[in-house]
Amino acid sequence: MGVALSVHADAGRRRIEELFQEHEARVFKRWLEIARSPVGDQVESGRLADQLRELSEALRQSFGDSSDLSDLRGLLSELSRNRARQGFTPTETATLVFGLKEALYEVVEEDGSPEAIRGFIWFSRVIDELGLFTMESYAAAREKIIIDQAEQLLELSTPVVKLWEGIVAVPLVGTLDSARTQVVMEKLLQTLVDTGSEHAVIDITGVPAVDTEVAQHLLKTVVAARLMGAECVISGIRPQIAHTIVTLGIEFGDIVTKATLADALAHTLRASGVKFVKGGESRIAVRTVEG
Amino acid sequence: MDRVPILKLGDILIVSIQIDLQDMSVLALQEDLSEKVVETGARGVIIDISAVEIVDSFIGRMLATIAGISRMLDAETIVVGMRPAVAITLVELGLSLGGVRTALNLEKGVALLNQIEDAQRGKASR
Repeated sequence: MGVALSVHADAGRRRIEELFQEHEARVFKRWLEIARSPVGDQVESGRLADQLRELSEALRQSFGDSSDLSDLRGLLSELSRNRARQGFTPTETATLVFGLKEALYEVVEEDGSPEAIRGFIWFSRVIDELGLFTMESYAAAREKIIIDQAEQLLELSTPVVKLWEGIVAVPLVGTLDSARTQVVMEKLLQTLVDTGSEHAVIDITGVPAVDTEVAQHLLKTVVAARLMGAECVISGIRPQIAHTIVTLGIEFGDIVTKATLADALAHTLRASGVKFVKGGESRIAVRTVEG
Repeated sequence: MDRVPILKLGDILIVSIQIDLQDMSVLALQEDLSEKVVETGARGVIIDISAVEIVDSFIGRMLATIAGISRMLDAETIVVGMRPAVAITLVELGLSLGGVRTALNLEKGVALLNQIEDAQRGKASR
C-alpha cells in the first residue's frame, strides 16, 4: 500500500484510530444500517452482522504500527466470493465496504478537529483500496462461475448414442464453435473405435445456424471418421440451413446429407446391409444379410 | 535401422507398424513391400497403424505412396486401426489420404478386401 504519511498525516491517522476505537459500537451500528438497507431479509441481515463484526475486528487489529491488512483482505475476498455465488449485485457488494466510510464520517464530523479531517482522508484511501479489492475478488469469483458453467455445458452437450448395431449418432444441440466441435469430434471418433461402428450419423437439427466455420468443422469430422474407416451421414438439415449452405458456396462433396434423422438411419441401415421386409400386416420385419 | 516385418496371410500381405517410423525405415518398407507384392502376387495389402501415436505429413504421404505402388501392382491397400488423435492430426494437416481405403480394424479390413474382390469378380463375369 503506497500511502506515504507525513508527520501531520500520521497524527491524523492516529486520531482516526482513536475515534474508531472510542465509538466502535456506534460506528458499527451505523455501518450495519447502511449495509443492511439493500438486504431486507431477516436471516441474511443476521449473517451480515456477523460478517461486519469480523471485518470491524480485523480493521481494528490492523491499526497501530503494523498496518497489516492481510487478514482484512482475506475476509473480504471470502465475503465477495460468497456474494458473487449468491447472486448479489456488484453495487450491493461494494456498498458493504464503502458504508464504513459514511459511518465513520459522522463521528469525524462531530469531532471536527483538523487531525480528524486529515486522518479521514487517509482512512478514505484505505477504504477505497479495500473496496477495489472487493470488486476484484467479486469479478474473479463471477468469472470462475462462468468458466465452470461453460465446462459443464461442454460435457452435457455431447452425447454419442447407439442407434443400431454398428451405427452411432451424435445429436448436436446449440451453437457449434471450435472448442465444442473438437470435443464432439474426439468423442465420436473414440466411440467409433470402442464400439467398432462403421456408420455414424451427425444430426444438426438442434444447431441454430451453420456458417462457413461450422461447416468446416463438420467436414473435418467426416473426413477424420473416413480416415478411420467409418462413414458419416449428416442429417437434420433444415430448409433454411440448406439455403444458407448453398448461398455460402460450401461444398459438401460426396458426403451424404439427409433431411431427417429417420432418413439418415434408413440410409445407414441399407448401407450396412440390413433389409426391410414388410410383413403381411403393418408390422415391419428386419433381416440382416450376411456378408 | 529397424525394418518393418511384412506378413503373408493367404493372398493378403499384412504390415503392422509398431515402431516409431524413421524416414529410412519408411523408404525400406516401400521397397520391401513392392518386392513382396510382386513375389507373392498378393491381391491386397493391409497396413495396421493402431500402434502409431504420432504422425506427420511424411507418414501421411508414405501411406498414399504405398497405396499408389500397390495399385500399380494390382493390389488394394487398406489402412486399418487409425487412432482418433491420428485421424484428427491428419485432417488438420490437410491430408485426407485420397485413394486409400480405411477400415476400423484388421478384421473389418479383411472383410472389406473380400467385398472388393467379390465386386470385381461380379463385374468381370457380367
